[in-house]
Amino acid sequence: MTATSARIILICSGKGGVGKTTLTANLGIALARLGETTVVLDADFGLRNLDLLLGLENRIVYNAQDVLEATCRLEQALVKHKQEPNLSLLPAGNARMLDWLTSDDMNKIVGMLADRANFVLIDCPAGIETGFRNAATAAKEAIVITTPEMAAVRDADRVIGLLHTQGVAPIQMVLNRVRPKMVANQEMLGVSDVTDILALPLLGLVLEDEQVITSTNRGEPLTLHGTLSPAGRAYMNVARRLRGEEVALIDPTRERQGLRARLMGKIRRTTGLF
Amino acid sequence: MALFDFLQHLLGLQKPSATTARERLQLVLAHDRSDLNPELLERMRREILEVVQKYVEIDIESGDVSLTTDDRVTALVANLPIRRARPLSSFSQKTGVRTNPSDPELLALVANPEMPEPSPSKSSEVIEVQDAAIEP
Repeated sequence: MTATSARIILICSGKGGVGKTTLTANLGIALARLGETTVVLDADFGLRNLDLLLGLENRIVYNAQDVLEATCRLEQALVKHKQEPNLSLLPAGNARMLDWLTSDDMNKIVGMLADRANFVLIDCPAGIETGFRNAATAAKEAIVITTPEMAAVRDADRVIGLLHTQGVAPIQMVLNRVRPKMVANQEMLGVSDVTDILALPLLGLVLEDEQVITSTNRGEPLTLHGTLSPAGRAYMNVARRLRGEEVALIDPTRERQGLRARLMGKIRRTTGLF
Repeated sequence: MALFDFLQHLLGLQKPSATTARERLQLVLAHDRSDLNPELLERMRREILEVVQKYVEIDIESGDVSLTTDDRVTALVANLPIRRARPLSSFSQKTGVRTNPSDPELLALVANPEMPEPSPSKSSEVIEVQDAAIEP
């Protein structure tokens, strides 16, 4: 495996709390299950959470900073996932670190990871400041994750603008936490609204799913299990599409609608009022 | 959805909130992408109107200069209803703006610049400026 053939993918959103880390964890497990050697790099150090979502929080000894300072070897810093040994985690640093890894450091560490993996997923810190920019310099392509909420879409747009100027390409989008009923009632931005506004190809569509919370509680990403929940299936499909497989997107409007939504739809169609 | 909202919705009194969200987002993103704050845009709008007014009389009240965005390209769109052209004598030689001397109204204007304004209903032309695309 040479550095040039590794896929180095930045996972970013701008706004916090839209599902970056959940996507990184699930995508990491999904790619590993599909046979890809994958490293997930938590580029945040103060607010790192990828270890928690993967259930690896007790096994971290070293971090990227230690590798760069030659305190340890890269193999020692990589935390291998127990059930999916194809997947390893590398935290950028710990909460005692004072500053972000510089873009040079970021390039160096990602280069080392690219030598030993097919996929390097960089879980980007929220915001568009130094932490984001330095992480972005090391990436070749990006996945922007957003929800159909105004603040998330606006921040995603800022991030996309910055990625364009940094020459990151391709940039694809995952739309998270879509509520089909609300979309049907026109109370939530629909899929095409968001893809039109952001002008990005849609890599995945994840419906609101309570299981995401329970899986986080356990430190077991949804893609880890054989029988997948709706969100788990969606994440698995993202991984498949990333590898070039053609997987059809689910249609949120075809999801089972409530009685009121169906009634409203019927009234809307017959009267043409709104 | 609360019953009140539902009824308003049903009677067509209220836009669906997704539509409102889309419209507000498109507007705010046009500004974000161009890095133009509303104050700067207002200043530009006034200057554009001043320039255009040198050549034609425009209806400032219904004139509109705004940013729109489509497929990540932001465009400056000016929609300026023209009341009438300025008298020929007020043009400098270098502007290169051509007027039609056979236009009776314009000829009258040349003869009498103080002529009262025609009714706004006569305004038929709209200038569309759309060459100010800003790449992201």
